[in-house]
Amino acid sequence: MYAYDELDRQIVRERVAQFASQVERRLDGSLTEEEFRPLRLKNGVYLQLHAYMLRVAIPYGGLSSRQLRQLALIAEKYDRGYGHFTTRTNIQFNWPKLREIPAILGLLADVDMHAIQTSGNCIRNTTTDCFAGAAFDEIEDPRPTAEWIRQWSTLHPEFDWLGRKFKIAVTATQQDRAVLRGHDVGVRIVRNAAGETGYRLYVGGGLGRTPMEGKLVRDFLPRAELLGYLEAILRVYNLEGRRDNKFKARIKILVHEIGLEAFRAQVEAEYSKVVAAAPAPDLREFERITASFDAPDFADLPEVSRKLEQAQAADPDLAQFVARNLFRHKKKGYVALTISLKSIGGAPGDATAEQMRAVADLAEQFSFDQVRVSYKQNLVLPHVRRDDVPEIFAVLKAQGLATPNVDLITDIICCPGLDYCALATARSIPLAQTLSRHFADPDKQKEIGELSIKISGCINACAHHHIANIGILGLEKSGGESYQITIGGDPGDQYALGELLGPGLPASAVPEAIDRVIGVYLDARRQGETFIETYRRLGVTPFKAAFKEIADAVA
Amino acid sequence: MAVVKRPPFPVILVANDLVEGEVIFAAEHGWTRDVRAARVANDAEAAQALEQFGAAQARACKVVDAYLVDVEIEAGVPVPRHYRERLRTLGPSHRLDLGKQADFHL
Repeated sequence: MYAYDELDRQIVRERVAQFASQVERRLDGSLTEEEFRPLRLKNGVYLQLHAYMLRVAIPYGGLSSRQLRQLALIAEKYDRGYGHFTTRTNIQFNWPKLREIPAILGLLADVDMHAIQTSGNCIRNTTTDCFAGAAFDEIEDPRPTAEWIRQWSTLHPEFDWLGRKFKIAVTATQQDRAVLRGHDVGVRIVRNAAGETGYRLYVGGGLGRTPMEGKLVRDFLPRAELLGYLEAILRVYNLEGRRDNKFKARIKILVHEIGLEAFRAQVEAEYSKVVAAAPAPDLREFERITASFDAPDFADLPEVSRKLEQAQAADPDLAQFVARNLFRHKKKGYVALTISLKSIGGAPGDATAEQMRAVADLAEQFSFDQVRVSYKQNLVLPHVRRDDVPEIFAVLKAQGLATPNVDLITDIICCPGLDYCALATARSIPLAQTLSRHFADPDKQKEIGELSIKISGCINACAHHHIANIGILGLEKSGGESYQITIGGDPGDQYALGELLGPGLPASAVPEAIDRVIGVYLDARRQGETFIETYRRLGVTPFKAAFKEIADAVA
Repeated sequence: MAVVKRPPFPVILVANDLVEGEVIFAAEHGWTRDVRAARVANDAEAAQALEQFGAAQARACKVVDAYLVDVEIEAGVPVPRHYRERLRTLGPSHRLDLGKQADFHL
């Protein structure tokens, strides 16, 4: 974990005091709602369908046990006993009272947390690979780079009131596990031919009503130049991006309208001005930040754990969990362990205060005090000894957290939808629950194999439905809820937007429609092919034909 | 004078309590959290009175986002015609233990 220094703490404390004063002035009438709204949005406070909502920042998804316990305390004392982990790796509380939010922010500040950069038109929480610092395949830990960007972007005087929000993701692996091309800027840590570590930058990606794929803007940027180059990108966007229409104000529209070459030329021109105006960039701050991350003191362990093997042989449930929820660690004898927040029939991404405490205890005892939040709305214990997996599994099972479904069809990404969100056009959680129950049979899930379902309750695409293998978008049609289905989306290295299968369906027809789509895959797949691979080989046509039978039946 | 665009009658006035954030409905006197006690306006004059009450209460920092919602009267109780507004009178549909549906056994 990055360790706050006094300056970090002071910034957060001052922000709490400032917002407390703003709330007071709102309540006594000194501020109108129009004046207050942008201020509350700068502090993660939304007015939702039933109540206020507070979104708390979890920078690059990293939490300590102490921080997770504090979130549990807030859930219990100021909310309704649970929180919702989001696709931006933050947490949302759905029921806080405005008067109490400054006290909540105070509790967060006590554990070096805040709600800065979780809303409003600024540079938002920087996200990364949920296995950062643990993954076998990373060039280096991407979190110091993410923290470097965070510190640069927090309260940045030039970029604190942009035309629209701006999202950055960082990864340090060949396999993209952070949806780089779906972000305003994607930062990939790479090595060049000379063996130097630097950055490859993508720009202009995004989902929402106009989904776009991020485009390569710089193949290799020396490490020391990162913040200067980001400054040039942000400045070109801030000056040239549209402000006449909020739906066209994201950087993806600018890049699309003027073209990548023109955009790159403007960035390079701006960057040469940045370089000329500033002293030569150095890595002192990056190195200070890197040193502020505590390095786990890994033990020298054997590759194989006899203890785990024996326990697996005796317990098929554990064996299934091991097969699905463990990820290869860079240190022998360790694994990164995913805790699924997708129990069968549960609300995706929700965790109770009791579950948060249980995970915090496990992290303290078994994972160097670390927990990660993934954009897939699960939690990760990044550094677990293979030997300890049976004991962890037993605790998770008792807490309803041992669902062995990582990356399977019931590991559904789902936004809050119209059950909470004021922007939503349809509910998403009840449909996720229905599909989760529909595909609950573990043998069926295993037979289908890796397949992502993502459900958004509106066109803003918080659940990334465009880049799901099976994406579901809830809309309003003739006064009722209607669900459009796309297939073939991919968030990773073969980034692709899904193709629409046909007209929207009522929720009740969605499980059967998905059955038909999966039926096409199961009939046509070749040995070892996943759903997305079969789709790429066959194209959308046979899936559309199968879908049409259901669509025609309900039309 | 410009024609005021309003939903069809009957209507109720819905808002959020400024301090609590909770959904509330204009009642015969003041506000209520229970839609069954909401004041129903059946004509332009009554609807305008509701709107004026909402605007005054917003100015007085009691409520936020007050607006009229069209309803049907079912067994004497106003039920919003649109599913979004119906959800606001109840709570999250997947958590019947939360919200007004739990508080008032709706």
